[in-house]
Amino acid sequence: MTTVERPPTRRAEEIDNDQHPVGHGRMLRKEDPRFVRGRGRYTDDVRLPGMLHMAILRSPVAHARIVSVDTSAAEAHPGVRAVITGEALAAQGLAWMPTLSNDVQAVLATDKVRFQGQEVACVVADDRYAARDALELIDVEYDILPPVVDARHALDADAPVIRDDLEGKADNHCFDWEAGDAAATDAVFADADVVVSQDVVYPRVHPAPMETCGCVADFDPVEGRLTLWSTSQAPHAHRTLYALVAGLPEHKIRVISPDIGGGFGNKVPIYPGYVCAIVGSLLTGKPVKWMEDRSENLTSTGFARDYIMRGEIAATKDGKILALRTNVLADHGAFNGTAAPVKYPAGFFGVFTGSYDLKAAYCHMTAVYTNKAPGGVAYACSFRITEAVYLVERLVSRLAAELGQDPARLRLANFIRPDQFPYATPTGWVYDSGDYAATLREAMRIAGYDDLRAEQARRRERGELMGIGVSTFTEAVGAGPRKHMDILGLGMADGCDLRVHPTGKAVVRLSVQSQGQGHETTFAQIVGEELGISPDDIDVVHGDTDNTPFGLGTYGSRSTPVSGAAAALVARKVRDKARVIASAMLEVAPDDLEWVKGSFQVAGDPGRSVTIQEIAMRAHGAGDLPEGVEGSLDAQITYNPPNLTYPNGAYICVVDVDPGTAQVRVRRFVAVDDCGTRINPMIIEGQVHGGLADGLGMALMEIIAFDPEGNCLGGSLMDYLIPTALETPDWETGFTVTPSPHHPIGAKGVGESATVGSPAAIVNAVIDALAPYGITGLDMPLTPSRVWEAMQGHPTPPI
Amino acid sequence: MTRISVTVDGVESTDEVEPRTLLVQYLREARGRTGTPVGCDTSNCGACTVLVDGRAVKSCALLAVQADGREVTTVQGLSNGALHPVQRAFHERHALQCGYCTPGMIMAAVDLLRETPDPTEQEVREGLEGNLCRCTGYQNIVAAVRDAAAELRGAS
Repeated sequence: MTTVERPPTRRAEEIDNDQHPVGHGRMLRKEDPRFVRGRGRYTDDVRLPGMLHMAILRSPVAHARIVSVDTSAAEAHPGVRAVITGEALAAQGLAWMPTLSNDVQAVLATDKVRFQGQEVACVVADDRYAARDALELIDVEYDILPPVVDARHALDADAPVIRDDLEGKADNHCFDWEAGDAAATDAVFADADVVVSQDVVYPRVHPAPMETCGCVADFDPVEGRLTLWSTSQAPHAHRTLYALVAGLPEHKIRVISPDIGGGFGNKVPIYPGYVCAIVGSLLTGKPVKWMEDRSENLTSTGFARDYIMRGEIAATKDGKILALRTNVLADHGAFNGTAAPVKYPAGFFGVFTGSYDLKAAYCHMTAVYTNKAPGGVAYACSFRITEAVYLVERLVSRLAAELGQDPARLRLANFIRPDQFPYATPTGWVYDSGDYAATLREAMRIAGYDDLRAEQARRRERGELMGIGVSTFTEAVGAGPRKHMDILGLGMADGCDLRVHPTGKAVVRLSVQSQGQGHETTFAQIVGEELGISPDDIDVVHGDTDNTPFGLGTYGSRSTPVSGAAAALVARKVRDKARVIASAMLEVAPDDLEWVKGSFQVAGDPGRSVTIQEIAMRAHGAGDLPEGVEGSLDAQITYNPPNLTYPNGAYICVVDVDPGTAQVRVRRFVAVDDCGTRINPMIIEGQVHGGLADGLGMALMEIIAFDPEGNCLGGSLMDYLIPTALETPDWETGFTVTPSPHHPIGAKGVGESATVGSPAAIVNAVIDALAPYGITGLDMPLTPSRVWEAMQGHPTPPI
Repeated sequence: MTRISVTVDGVESTDEVEPRTLLVQYLREARGRTGTPVGCDTSNCGACTVLVDGRAVKSCALLAVQADGREVTTVQGLSNGALHPVQRAFHERHALQCGYCTPGMIMAAVDLLRETPDPTEQEVREGLEGNLCRCTGYQNIVAAVRDAAAELRGAS
C-alpha cells in the first residue's frame, strides 16, 4: 500500500473565515440575482418561433399486451400535427433505446406495457391544451396480464415473465452480484460471541425535483442539426447517446441544459419523452416542447432505493465488531435503467462496511424485474450508498442495543483510526482520509449527548417516549478513475477550460452541470483562489455541449472531486504560463519568482512584481513573449481522478413519539460533516440542510407504494408527502476538516452526505424511543399508523 | 374564447382566452411572465404563487377569467430596480438553491408579512406551509423572511 501523507485535522476557525477577499470562504451566490427576480431560464421558459407542444399517452395498467392502438380520432382533432405510436417508431428502429445499464427500454410500447404510467403514444399539437385533449381520443385495447408487484415473488416458478422481449428470457432475473470474501466472512461469523441479524427494507421513494423533466427539441432539416434544451444533469453524455441512437453525428447535436429546477439524480437518465420530442421535431420540422406533469414525473421517471436487505453483524461480547454479511433483493422495475458505472451494477453498495475496522465482510445481491417504473439510482444516493449506510448504521445500533451498550460509544470503539488511512476495506475500497472519532465527538459536544441521555432516562420514568439516534457514515464520491469507471464506455473524467481575457477577467467552462448546487459561484472561487482574481471577475459557463469541454455531468457528488480538481489544475496551468511571461517582464529567471496571491514577485525583492492582470495584458499584447510562448493566457485540462473522495459525518437525532397518536416529531438534529477543504461554507450548509430534509422525508413520510394490481399509490403530491417548513426542525450543523490527500485542493464532495446519513439517525432514534415496547426494528416511512401498529405489537409488513 | 382585462405587474392588457385557461399558463404564455413556474398538478407545491389584488394565490388553481379586472403581481413585478427586502434577504441568507420554488416562496412571504409584520419562527413556518422547497430544508428561508420582516418594520 502506498503511503499517503495525511494532513492533520485543522481547527474550524482557521479555514472558515467569512468574507475571504479572494477565493475560498463564505461568498453570496452569483446565481441569486436572476432567480430572486424570476429571471432564471428553465426549460419550460424556452419559447421558439413555431414551437409545438407534445403530450404523452401513458398506460393505465401495470402489465398488458397491446392489442391495438387507434389514433384516427386524435389525428382529426383541431390543432394536432402528429400522433406517434410505438409501431411508427419501430419502423424507424427507434421503439427501443439503450439504458445507462446496457439494458433496453421501450420508448413507446409496441408489444406490451410493463408498468403503469409507461409511454404508449404521443401527440404533437399547436398548444399544450390541444395535445392533452387529443390524448383522450386515442383508443388503446389492452389484454391484461397478471403483474409482478412484490419483488420477493419475482423469481417464483409461476411468476409471469415481464421481459419476454429479451431473447430466451424465461424469468424475471436481472442480475446477481457479490462483494467481499464469503468463506472468510462465514468463518468469522462461526467463531463470533454475538451475531445479530435484522431485516432492513429501504422502500421505493422518488427524488421529485420541484421542476419536472422536459425538453425543447429543435431539428433544423436544412443543416441537419439538432438543438435540444433539456433537463439533463449530464448533457455531454446525453449528446453521445443521442448520436448513437438517432444516427446523427455529435457535431450536429447541441444539448443545452439551461437552469435546472433541482435534479437530485432524477435528471441523469434519458427518458422516452426526450426521444419522442426529437422524433416529433423531425416529423413536423418545427421545435417541439415536452414538459411532463408532476404525476407523470412520480410514476414514470427514475425512482430511488427499493432494496430489501437482510443484514447480519458479528461481534465479541464486549462490543468489538468483527464482520458484516448481507443478502439483498433489489427491485429494478420493468427495465434496468439504473444510472451507475458499468462495472458497478449495484453502484457502490460495496462500501456497506461503513466507518468500521472489520475483519471480513460479504454481500450477495439478486436484482429482479417487476412491473414498475425503471430507476433505482437517484435522490442523492451516491450510487446506492444511501442503502449501504442505512443498512450498516441500523445494524450497529441494533448491536449496541443487544449488548446494552451506548450506540455512540460502541461506534467510537470500532472506528477506523486516523493512522490507518489510506484504509483498504474488506470489499476492496481504499478510503482516502478520516478522523471519525473527532467528527462524532464534535456532534456529541454540540448535542450535549450525555445530558440528552440523562434527560431521556428521566422522561422514560414518566412514560414519555424520547429517542436518541446516531448515524456515523463514510461516503464514497467523485466517480471516478476512468480505468474502473465508465458510463456506457465513456470514462468518468471531466474537462475544464480556462480563458483569461486581456484585462485579467476570466471565463471557466465546465463539463459538469449545476442544478442548484452553486457551481457558478464556487468554481469562480476555486479559480479565484488559484489565480488571485476576484470570483466576481470570473464567469462560469456550463451546460452547453457546443461551448463546454466534454465530461460526464453532475451526480454522485462528483463535481468538486473531479471538476473541482480540474478547475484548480487548469488555473495552475495558467499560472505556470504566467510565470514564464512574468519572468520576461521582470527580466529574471522563472525560478526566481514567487507567487504571492495574484502576482509574481522577485524573490527577496518585493518591490519588483507584476500582477496576473498585467501578465494577462502582456500575454495578449504587442510586445515580445519568451521563446515558445504563443500568446494568450488560456489552458485546458481533462482530470482523471486517482481515487474517489471519502467524506464522512456524524449525525445525532432526538425524537419525541406521542404515546397516544404515535406521531414522531424530530425535536433536534445535529449534523457534523467532514468534506475536507471547504470552498464555500455557506453553500455547504445549504446542501446539508436540504439533504437532511430529504432524509426526514424518507424516514417519516415518503413512499412510492403499489397495490396488488400494480397501481402506483404515490403518484401525486396528494399522497407522495414531501416535508414542508412545519415538519422540518432547525438543523444544527458543525464540521471537522480532514482534507483528501489526493485532491489538488484537499476538497471532498458533500452534496449527498446528508441524504445518505440522516435516515438511519432518525429511524434509530424512533427505535430507541420505542425500546420500552420491545421494538428492535421498524421500516420506513415511520408514519403514525405504522408506528402505532408496531406499538400494538403488530407491525405493518414492510412495503 | 372570453375577453379579459388583467393588470399584470402594472401593465394592463386585454386578451382573448379559453375559459379553461389556468391563470399560471395565461401569465406564462399569453403575457410572457415566465418567472412564475409550475411545480405540481394538485395545487400542493405553491411554486406558482402570485398576488391577486395583494393576496397570495396559487395561480395554477385559478382560471385566467377569474382574474378579469384584477391586479396580478408576479415576482417580476415586485420591485423596479433595487431588490424588494424579501428578495434581498433571500440572497443574503442563502435561502435559494435551484431557484425554482423561489418566486412562489417570495410572493407567499410578501403576503405573510403584510398580515403578520413581526412573525415568530413558528408563524413563518406555518405561513409558508403551502410552499414546498426541495433544496434548502427551509431553515434559511425562515431566517430570510424574519430578516425581511425586521427591515420592512424599520422602513414603515
